[in-house]
Amino acid sequence: MKRGLAVYAVAIYAFLHLPLLILAVFSVNASRFTAWQGFSLHWYAAMFADRDLLESAGNSLAIAVASMALSTAIGTLAAYALWKRASNWLAGGLYLSLVTPEIVTGVSLLALFQWAFRYVNFRLGMHTVILAHVSFSIAYVVVVVLARLRGFDPALEEAAQDLGATEFAAFGRVTLPYLAPAIAAAAMLAFTISIDDYVITSLVAGVDSQTLPMVIYAMARRGVSPVLNAVSTTIVVLLGTLVLLSERLRRA
Amino acid sequence: MTRLRTIFATPAAALMLVTIAVPAGIIGVYSILNRGAYGGVELPWTLENYSRLIDPLYGGIFVRSLALAAAATALCILLGFPLALFIAHSGTRKNLYLSLVILPFWTSFLIRLYAWMFLLRDTGLINTVLQSLGVIRQPLPLLYNNGAVLLGLVYGFLPFAVLPIYAILERLDKSLLEAAADLGARPIAVLTRVTLPLCAPGIGAAAILVFVPSLGTYITSDLLGGSKTILIGNLVQNQFTTARDWPFGAAVSIVLMIVAVLLMFTVRRRGEELL
Repeated sequence: MKRGLAVYAVAIYAFLHLPLLILAVFSVNASRFTAWQGFSLHWYAAMFADRDLLESAGNSLAIAVASMALSTAIGTLAAYALWKRASNWLAGGLYLSLVTPEIVTGVSLLALFQWAFRYVNFRLGMHTVILAHVSFSIAYVVVVVLARLRGFDPALEEAAQDLGATEFAAFGRVTLPYLAPAIAAAAMLAFTISIDDYVITSLVAGVDSQTLPMVIYAMARRGVSPVLNAVSTTIVVLLGTLVLLSERLRRA
Repeated sequence: MTRLRTIFATPAAALMLVTIAVPAGIIGVYSILNRGAYGGVELPWTLENYSRLIDPLYGGIFVRSLALAAAATALCILLGFPLALFIAHSGTRKNLYLSLVILPFWTSFLIRLYAWMFLLRDTGLINTVLQSLGVIRQPLPLLYNNGAVLLGLVYGFLPFAVLPIYAILERLDKSLLEAAADLGARPIAVLTRVTLPLCAPGIGAAAILVFVPSLGTYITSDLLGGSKTILIGNLVQNQFTTARDWPFGAAVSIVLMIVAVLLMFTVRRRGEELL
C-alpha cells in the first residue's frame, strides 16, 4: 500500500507542477509554435520591451508594496488585540473577508466606491486598488501572526512590565521581536496576494491603474502567446521564491 | 491593560467596517431596488430581483455552477485524501511534501490557468503530441467546455482539500490504528473502518473549502470555459459591468455571500478555526 501511495503522490505532484514547468520550457523556445526549435531568450527580450507590461508591472509593484506595508501593520496590531482578548466582531469581520467569494468582494467594493464618489471628489485609481488589497490581505496577516502568538508566553510581557516597562514598551521590545519571523512571513504573503489578484483589482482599478494581472488576463483572453509564457515563468519563479521564504519563516 | 488592545484593534475594525460591513449593506440595499435608467439604482423598493433568481433563464447557470462545484469538490476529496495520507506518513520529509502542495496555491492562479490554456488549446501541447504520434487526426476540443472548467477548479482548489484532511491525519492517535491492526484488521479495513471515519471532520472542512470558492469562481470559467460556460461568478460580474443591472447583480451576490457564510460557519463551529 505504501508504494502504491508513493506512486500516486508522484502523479498528483506532476499534475500540480508539470503545467508550469512545461510553460517554463516553452518560454525559452525559439519558435512561437508548440514545437521545439532550440533555445532562445527572445521572448524574455520581447517582454522587457513591452511598455504595457512594464508599466503595469510598475503599478502592481507599487500597489503590492503599499498594501503589504499597510496590511502587515494593521493586521499585526489586530492579531495582538485578538490574542489579548477575543472579539467576535473583529474576528467575524476578518472571517467574512476571508470567505466571501472574490467576485462578491469586488462588486461590493465597486458599489462602495461609486457610492462614496457622490460625496467626495475621487475616482477609481491606485488608491482604491490599495484600499481593496489591504482589506482582503489583513485576514491572512492576522492568521499568520496569531498562529505565532499562540506559542508566546504572556508571562514574558508581564515580567517586562514588572521590571518597569510600560505596556507599549513591553509590546515593542518583547512581543514584537518574538513575532518578527511571523510578521515577515505575513508581509510576504500580503505582497504575494496583492500582486496576484485579478478579480477584485479589475473591478476597482481606474484607467491609469492597470495592474500586471489585468494585462496578463487581457493577453490570455486573446490566446496563448510566447511572450506571456515568459512573463508567467518570471512571475512564478519570483513569487515561488517569496512563498518558500515565507513558509520557512513561518516555521521558524 | 485594555487601552492598548483597543488602540491596536481600531485600525482593523475601522477598515473591516468600511470595506466589509458597509459594502455588504450597500449591496443588500441595492438588491431590493430597481435598475436605474442609466445604470445605477432607483426607488421604489422591490423583491423582483430575488424572484428573477428562479427564472429559467438563469436556472441553467445556477444548475451548472452547482453541478461543477459539487463535481470539483468530490474530485478534490477523492484525489486529495490519498495525498494527505501519503504526506502524513512520510516522516521527516513531511514539510517538503506539504510545501509542494502549498506552493502552487500561492503562485498566481491566473498564470496556472493560463498554463492549462497552453496545454489544452487546439494547437496546444496535448493535441500537438497526440497528432504527431498519429493517435488523432483532428485536434480534440479540450478547451472551452465544462470539462476544462472542472479541470481548472480541481487544479486550483486541490490544496484546499489536502490541507484540512492532512491536519486531521496528523493529529490522529496512531495507537487506534495499531489497535485495529492488532485485532486482526487488514490495512484496507483499518483505512476504511478506522482512519476514514475519524477523518470525517477534515473531509467535511475540505468539502466546504473547495465548494465555496468553486461556486463563486469567475476567472476559471472565463478563461477555460470561454463564452459557453457562464457560471454564477460571471453572471455577477456581467451585471455590474456590461449589463449594468446592479440590483440583479446585487441580489445574486447576496445569495452567494449567504451560502458562503453559512457553509463556512459550519466548518468554524466544528473547531476548524482559521482565526
